Amino acid sequence: MVTGGLLPAAMLVLDAFTGALGANPIQRATQQSGLLALALLLLSLACTPLRRLSGWTWPARVRKSLGLLAFGYAALHLLIYLLDHGFSPAQMAEDVLERPFITAGFTALLLLVPLALTSTPRAVRRLGFARWTRLHQLVYVSVGLATLHYYWGVKRDHTPPLVAAAILAGLFLARWWGRPRGRGARSSRAGP
Amino acid sequence: MTDPHEPETPPTEPRLLPEGAPNPRREFLRSAALFTVTAGALGGGLELLTRRPGAGSAEAQGADPFARPARPLGPYDTAEPVTPYRQATTYNNFYELGTDKADPARLAGSLKPRPWTVRIDGEVRKPQTVDIDTLQSWFPLEDRIYRMRCVEGWSMVMPWLGFPLAALIRRMEPTGKAKYVQFTALLDPKQLPGQRQPILKWPYVEGLRLDEALHPLAFMAVGLHGRVLPGQNGAPLRLAVPWKYGFKSIKSIVRITLTEKQPQTTWALAAPQEYGFYANVNPAVPHPRWSQATERRIGELGRRKTLPFNGYAEQVAGLYRGMDLRRLF
Repeated sequence: MVTGGLLPAAMLVLDAFTGALGANPIQRATQQSGLLALALLLLSLACTPLRRLSGWTWPARVRKSLGLLAFGYAALHLLIYLLDHGFSPAQMAEDVLERPFITAGFTALLLLVPLALTSTPRAVRRLGFARWTRLHQLVYVSVGLATLHYYWGVKRDHTPPLVAAAILAGLFLARWWGRPRGRGARSSRAGP
Repeated sequence: MTDPHEPETPPTEPRLLPEGAPNPRREFLRSAALFTVTAGALGGGLELLTRRPGAGSAEAQGADPFARPARPLGPYDTAEPVTPYRQATTYNNFYELGTDKADPARLAGSLKPRPWTVRIDGEVRKPQTVDIDTLQSWFPLEDRIYRMRCVEGWSMVMPWLGFPLAALIRRMEPTGKAKYVQFTALLDPKQLPGQRQPILKWPYVEGLRLDEALHPLAFMAVGLHGRVLPGQNGAPLRLAVPWKYGFKSIKSIVRITLTEKQPQTTWALAAPQEYGFYANVNPAVPHPRWSQATERRIGELGRRKTLPFNGYAEQVAGLYRGMDLRRLF
């Protein structure tokens, strides 16, 4: 799973060295890492509805890996952005504060940090399952902001970000459709 | 999943396990298979989804096969190294041929630059429709090495071949009412398949104020790197106004109209808060989504500072004296 998830990163590095990233490699690497982060985030969100609707258990087991991979690619995305802008804190602050497009993307990534930090079973025990669950509901805000960031970042052809938004809407719907019903079900089975 | 090696298994082995218990070897094979399938599927799927290799590939790094022979620099040339032909022709914004930078080079085959006519009309004493070969035979062709700065924050150095726009306009004899020049690109979804999507209002329209159009830097290009202009770069006739963002330099022109009123230009219509009519390169006025203070020269990894009017301030700043270029961006 994780090996597969790292394959695109390996390809990115390989492409960078062979020149297959085209005339503007940094821009292409930025776009690819961002898209990978969003795709993985959407995949991780698909796990719970898939488990509930299908009855399979494996989606629950890969959910964490997908989430962490998404965080990894989002961090790589930021790293390439920083590299592109010469690691200038002033430039970055200006971008984050003055451009909603960057603000949305940066916030989406920031919100993933506590989730990545509390991804261990120990953190779940320390926080208590209910609080951990509530904390991890931040992923909904993050993925929404990430999709908005994608939409704003595209100049004219909004089809790909709209596809992402449609998938996201579909996932929320599936979640609502497959939600556990009845008393008690909420506290024992609900989770992002 | 079935195990092809099953018959070779000594018949005693399964009996070591209690009835109904999982067979560890089978479990191992099962998880190994699952691992391979999921890792492969995830990696492959993500790869397919995100990877769009640039058309440049390894060749883009190599020597430029179409480098121009050295010639003395003219008064409007930059001495900066020109962008290799390969990169200048595989990294293009030409939405009529696709929104990805690699699309235009891939799809340019559908654009047929001959036969081609250009209609010149509006506030001119000599309106006419002229064949492209006749039109370019009217003027001596010259080389111009211009910087080109895209509004997206990248730049190139383009060795154009063509003639000054002013020469063409003067030949058409503008009337006293002419204040602006409007350019219209080809509208033909068969040749320009990107026009099947309503991404922009087709045909692409651009414009200049008459004094801008008469400036000696405003140039009509019919060639690049000493060769005929490739489709993805706007064959057979395009504009090059190097002190403005690249989108002003309209490609594949079929009509030039002199007008009294300021033309409604494509990008200014599509997103007026982001793209103005003037679109002069201005590091002090950020795009709503990014700073315009720096740019990346294609072929370089770092960024360089963007110059006012893309480095042509000395020649063109006078055109805008008294204008607030923050408002009229």
